[in-house]
Amino acid sequence: MSSLRFTLNGREIDASGADPNTTLLLWLRERGWTGTKEGCAEGECGACAVVLVRRGSDGGARYVPVNSCLFLLASAAGQEILTVEGVAAGALHPVQRAMVELGGSQCGYCTPGFVMSLFAEYYRPGRAEEGFDLESIAGNLCRCTGYRPIREAGRGLPMIADGDAHADRLSRPAPASEPVDYALGARRYFRPTSLAEATALYAAHPDAKVVCGGTDLVVEMNQRLRRFETILSLEAVEELSGFDDGDDALVIGAAVPLSEIEARIGDDPPILAALFPLFSSRLIRNRATLGGNLATASPIGDSPPALLALGAEVVVAGPSGERTIPIAELFTGYRQTALAPGELIARVRIPKPYPSIGRFYKVSKRVHDDISTVAAGFALDLDASGTVRGARLAYGGVAATPVRATAAEQALVGKPFSREAIEDAKAKAATAFTPMTDQRGSAAYRAAMVTSLLDKLWADTGATA
Amino acid sequence: MSIGRAIPHESAEGHVTGAALYTDDLVGRYPGCLHAWPVAGMHAHARVLAVHAEDALAMPGVVTVLDAKDVPGENDVGPAKKDETLFPTEIVYWGQPVVWVLAETEEAAKMAALTVRVDVEALPAITSIEQAIEQGSFHTEPGVIARGDAEGALARATHTLSGELFVGGQEHFYLETHASIASVDEAGSVLVQSSTQHPTETQEIVARVLDLPKNQVVVQSLRMGGAFGGKETQANPWAAVAAIGCVKTGRPVRVRLDRMRDFTMSGKRHPFLGRWRIGFDDDGRIEAYDLELFSDGGFSLDLSAPVLHRALFHADNAYYVPHMRVVGRVCKTNACSHTAFRGFGGPQGMIMIEDAIDRIARDRGLPPSAVRERNFYRAGHTTHYEQPLDQADRVARIWGELKASSDFEARAGAIEAFNASSPDRKRGLAITPVKFGISFTAKWYNQAAALVLVYKDGSVQVNHGGTEMGQGLHTKMLQVAAHALGVPLDVVRVMPTRTDKVPNTSATAASSGTDLNGAAVLAACETIRERLAEVAGRVLGTDPGDLVFRDGVVARVDGHGPTASFAEVVSRAYFDRVPLSATGFYRTPGIHFDEKAGRGKPFHYFAYGAAVAEVEVDRFTGMYALRRVDILHDVGDSLSPLVDRGQVEGGFAQGVGWLTQEELWWAPDGRLGTVNASTYKLPTIGECPEEMHVTLLPRATEPGVVHGSKAVGEPPFMLAFAVREALREAVAAFAGRPKLVELASPATAEQVYWAIERLSRGGAVAEEAAQ
Repeated sequence: MSSLRFTLNGREIDASGADPNTTLLLWLRERGWTGTKEGCAEGECGACAVVLVRRGSDGGARYVPVNSCLFLLASAAGQEILTVEGVAAGALHPVQRAMVELGGSQCGYCTPGFVMSLFAEYYRPGRAEEGFDLESIAGNLCRCTGYRPIREAGRGLPMIADGDAHADRLSRPAPASEPVDYALGARRYFRPTSLAEATALYAAHPDAKVVCGGTDLVVEMNQRLRRFETILSLEAVEELSGFDDGDDALVIGAAVPLSEIEARIGDDPPILAALFPLFSSRLIRNRATLGGNLATASPIGDSPPALLALGAEVVVAGPSGERTIPIAELFTGYRQTALAPGELIARVRIPKPYPSIGRFYKVSKRVHDDISTVAAGFALDLDASGTVRGARLAYGGVAATPVRATAAEQALVGKPFSREAIEDAKAKAATAFTPMTDQRGSAAYRAAMVTSLLDKLWADTGATA
Repeated sequence: MSIGRAIPHESAEGHVTGAALYTDDLVGRYPGCLHAWPVAGMHAHARVLAVHAEDALAMPGVVTVLDAKDVPGENDVGPAKKDETLFPTEIVYWGQPVVWVLAETEEAAKMAALTVRVDVEALPAITSIEQAIEQGSFHTEPGVIARGDAEGALARATHTLSGELFVGGQEHFYLETHASIASVDEAGSVLVQSSTQHPTETQEIVARVLDLPKNQVVVQSLRMGGAFGGKETQANPWAAVAAIGCVKTGRPVRVRLDRMRDFTMSGKRHPFLGRWRIGFDDDGRIEAYDLELFSDGGFSLDLSAPVLHRALFHADNAYYVPHMRVVGRVCKTNACSHTAFRGFGGPQGMIMIEDAIDRIARDRGLPPSAVRERNFYRAGHTTHYEQPLDQADRVARIWGELKASSDFEARAGAIEAFNASSPDRKRGLAITPVKFGISFTAKWYNQAAALVLVYKDGSVQVNHGGTEMGQGLHTKMLQVAAHALGVPLDVVRVMPTRTDKVPNTSATAASSGTDLNGAAVLAACETIRERLAEVAGRVLGTDPGDLVFRDGVVARVDGHGPTASFAEVVSRAYFDRVPLSATGFYRTPGIHFDEKAGRGKPFHYFAYGAAVAEVEVDRFTGMYALRRVDILHDVGDSLSPLVDRGQVEGGFAQGVGWLTQEELWWAPDGRLGTVNASTYKLPTIGECPEEMHVTLLPRATEPGVVHGSKAVGEPPFMLAFAVREALREAVAAFAGRPKLVELASPATAEQVYWAIERLSRGGAVAEEAAQ
């Protein structure tokens, strides 16, 4: 199949002839939809935000904002997309009016992205009860205003008026994800919808670049100018989109967007509840997945320390069926995993009961929309007497892979959870890693955080344990 | 009344709908436009031996590779002096473009650029201020401003302290990266669409590289997606490359830097090193201050000399120092060429004395706010370059009003109580002042012109020399023109800034855009209004002096008698052969400076403000949150309160970024490690304090400035010192009452952590912290 069609601002578009390596942003701008801006080309600034009509966890249609700079054009196939040009219908939309009246724009370059993020927030079910969600604009950078007027614009948004055409659109189902096999010359993009198809395609195209959200891979394409002959996107695979909160385990499909996990887990387990708000930004979490975050195996990925602490298992699927890899065995080297050729991450299984004490800490230059200098997931199981029965202390940013401080864990197990035990664990942890210096922090700071975060754990939980 | 009304930015509806166009949005309007992509040198310093572009030239879509041979004129784009080779034979900073690929598509240009090999011989590089000092590598001779006998007064002082502070630079991170499109227009002019703050200089540089007279080159700056000083000189090279490519190929050429290339190839706020000695009495009154400043100018001079000069002028901030000596020098290093950035050296000069005053306060065991207040300029004082302060009491007035409105003393007490019961999280509260001189220190820049055109239907076009970068200049010009002509705002259009409308303009910089261009627009409008009043007087049978122009109606000032609409008067003027266009011109009066003597009146006036900030710091990580901010800032009589408040808040936020989380990190080999948004961290909504009280000082008319207003672009940037000092207060709270709280700048979470550690371990971590 060599046609690429989707709906843009309510019109059917044929984008055939575009390179499968191109992004939605570049294509939009080349076609004259220049309202959408490129500010960073790595999903940090949100100037390129557009809105998708996507199925929400309750099955209804939702407006979901994403960074078009990290959205492969081919992923748009069969989808419905709204850009800033499609927001106003005659008169300004309420989010646009609020931005104008409150001084929410100065240079105006980030503004279309804010408008799209606010637009999606405007139609979010639950806004009436919960109020404006500040997180909805945490992935949009503004260099001019200092944000206060934009925040006020968000907080002052009116309720949806009757007869709002954009609201009416949500009463119909979101577009289904059909399989896609799009090619231009030798370059090809596959978007299978079943796991069997996915593994078969991977077997047939072993050099294919697998992508599950693209928030890391497309950064590589934009910044390092990497190009791929064959791209295999897992975002539409039905078996990878499950979410099952069972009695013995929470099982999350590899392709479930993080924002959906965030919405569904609520406060439990606390390690994950703490993780997601700190994981980049909503714009990224609307595309990023656990499968992607684990498979890229970055030493500074945020989910690995959390999942290591939770003792998660990773179920992988390959030509010969499925197998389970304990997450502690998944990362074999710098950006390398234990996945065999042809294998894909299918889901993550987090066993229950959850640890009695769980904390996730992220040390970074800023709280939102950042990459960690050091991240830590700590889980302790205490018995009724306050003795530590199990401990998992996991770190990111201190070694070539996300890693557990096993000697420090052993220093805790079997002892009462006490200041003394923490000091023993700190002594063990202090010598466990040799972190490096880079632009996010010095080796000395990273090393200091390894122990200091254990102090923080004690301060946060010791008194109540 | 259009003056003083809180109206939205004149392009706000275009911003929110995506209809407002920026330079790179225009590509589709240039059929056949070629795309340029640079081949960068991956050394901080190296000799170029050979460039191998054969493979690139053979790739589909590649049209040519631009090199020095393609430059019809001079191969140099230096704005201050000719020290910036456009196509270099010697790479002088890491990431410098060597040659440029032109191709049919951006993708083809990028892919081809990857295949170009540059053979080099690596040369020793200077990658820090310390190395430059050691090796005697400077752009300038030392500049000095002195009053009294600093040395003698230091020797006599009751107490003395000395210190050293390195303050990091800052990336502008305008959301719109540099962009230029060059074409040859219908009349044979080279037309360059450029995202530039200084169209006249861009025109000059393009004319220089093309060897054309300036009347053959037109530059248009439509609007910029932010600039902050980063497009004052730094837009020129990209315009020059586009123009050279256009002349060579006969086709339009687009140069647009992506974020990573913009980061590596364009200059930033200057890093500074300051070494100071300060003498003071028992009460913390400053007796003498000696400051030595070194700035990192990068590879070329650019604007480094005036930036350093402004640092010298602002080394006093708002404090009277009887004996003072400041000396500064620009270092030459192998870095991108550091340049203008909101504040223009002022912040780096001011931060030193703020550091010193905090040292004094802790040394004497006094509240820092009391020591600051005690040292304010008072009536009758002059600055260290002996400029009298017309409003010397204003700092004290703002200070008092802000302390009261922010409930400073009560909150300080509450914070002390909070800290006493919170071992792991401490809060800090601080108040700091700002005094900032307004005028270009290059005297000739303090001029502006405007061209106002009235059409027969009564509609108006305003052209002026200033550029719009989001600061709301066009909004204010619209208000000034509408007010002067007595017409509704929607009758007036402010046109894109072009060098063929208003020539020989100054950069839109130094916060001066409104003062200069506003006065010029006002002058042009008044000329036209006076002519129209004569016409209307005849029509209405009234003395022209008795007429008012208001809301599109010309009427007698007493409200009696017949009236005429503005359009009717204009139409009548046309048939009476009265000219309906006029130029206006303005030069700032009364400013002068004798650089040799270090004496004069370089500034037309000063802008003042103060801020209170409250922070909370986590002991375990050094991470912190800004809880509340109170600002009282002096913009004179605000022309446009929504715009001015936006400038105050935005400037403050940018200052907070500079002082806290925006860390530029260079590897030892001179490679910039923070080259994009994922490694260089601007403030997000998460850093915006939940409580933010911003007030524009009432009753603040500034005589001699358009409608009594004051410049607002830069001064609020330095209000952010309050955040740095609040962090220092919180750090100090972890250690009782330390005599010294050292805090690096930027005060990243890491640096705050080390500051706490130093206090708890008594300086033992200093070496660890040095990366």
